[in-house]
Amino acid sequence: MSAFTALLTRDLRLAFRQGGDVANVVAFFALAVILFPFGVGPDPDLLARISAGVLWVTALLAALLSLERLFDADFQDGSLEALALMPVPLEIQVLAKCAAHWLTTGLPLTIVAPVLALVLHFDAAGYPALIAALLLGTPVLSLIGAIGAALTLGARRAGVLLSLLVLPLYIPVLIFGVAASEAAALGLESRPHLLLLAALFATSLALAPWAAAAALRQALE
Amino acid sequence: MGCGELQKSFAGEGLACRRGERRVFADVAFALGPGGALVLGGPNGSGKTSLLRLMAGLARPEQGDIAWDGTSITEDPAAHRGRLHYVGHQEAVKLALTAEENLAFWAQMRGATATAATALRHFRLEHRTTWPARYLSAGERKRLGLARLLASPAALWLLDEPTTSLDTDSIEILLAMIAEHRRGGGCIAVATHTAMPLPNAQTITLALSASGRPM
Repeated sequence: MSAFTALLTRDLRLAFRQGGDVANVVAFFALAVILFPFGVGPDPDLLARISAGVLWVTALLAALLSLERLFDADFQDGSLEALALMPVPLEIQVLAKCAAHWLTTGLPLTIVAPVLALVLHFDAAGYPALIAALLLGTPVLSLIGAIGAALTLGARRAGVLLSLLVLPLYIPVLIFGVAASEAAALGLESRPHLLLLAALFATSLALAPWAAAAALRQALE
Repeated sequence: MGCGELQKSFAGEGLACRRGERRVFADVAFALGPGGALVLGGPNGSGKTSLLRLMAGLARPEQGDIAWDGTSITEDPAAHRGRLHYVGHQEAVKLALTAEENLAFWAQMRGATATAATALRHFRLEHRTTWPARYLSAGERKRLGLARLLASPAALWLLDEPTTSLDTDSIEILLAMIAEHRRGGGCIAVATHTAMPLPNAQTITLALSASGRPM
């Protein structure tokens, strides 16, 4: 087994064995979305209009919720130091950890989102675009989040610092994610927005592991 | 570097280390041949761990250089990481994984195919194989951390206080392992403040530097 799959399997195993983690993210997402009909009233037109935005903003916050534990547990128990001393480059390891993070947050969020879209009277025509946009956008959340999680490692009140650092960087994903989902619901072309999301994904896939690995080395020195 | 020193496989010269504003040590040198052992002594805070971290390449020395077979370890960090085992203060044990899973993971990360079973048996952990690590005692966790040394081969062992929370039997096992490793031509550097009887070992005793000395 290669080092990449070994680390990916370990992180998935830890996530499932410690339970809670995946359930927390999904539960937060569901509850936060369900609050909106209570907050703005049950008017179907109004809910349909804000539905894409609500889904994306809450998905963003749910992903943020789980970022803190991305490197922190390994940092606390000495695993991160040991990982940094493995022959395989730290960048590859960051990528493996991001993949595990996406499989335990981004993917469950994408699966639950269509159900929650129902609650918000999201237009049926928009579902394929919504799912495609989430599939392209949520990995970016994990990748950018990894930079933030690595930079705030060991800091006091890292959670607050992390959100201040990462949320502004999430804005492009939010804009194009919502645009793609809404365009399809309104019967417009969603392809350009999806392509821009794909570009964001490709860029962060190439850059984020380097940045996060550099930050981790700094934290370990 | 003189001709004699080129034959040494692991050597450092004129090493200085700084943590924040404080210079921890300066002008430290060592040279280990095949089978060589280095014992780092000195009071708490004298820089034993810092020196081990320099040797591992986790931190860069402020001055001086560390070389393997005459080549600086900064030239090919990946190759250096491939030839060393570093067991620090913390065991790097995941409490939710079983002892075997923990060990197998670290072996896989280093591309080793050997099973974890032998290494576990060596440290008398065979009856704990399927236990989640959270049920292991402090000494057993330490042994699990040390078992990594056997789960995949490496020429250089860097051990930071390896005898902490070990019982006398386990210390005997560890010493036997170290002797075996050295017979095979491996090098070892140990930071410890308890006496470790390693035959023909070099000793570096670090002194506590004046605290807060302005740089």
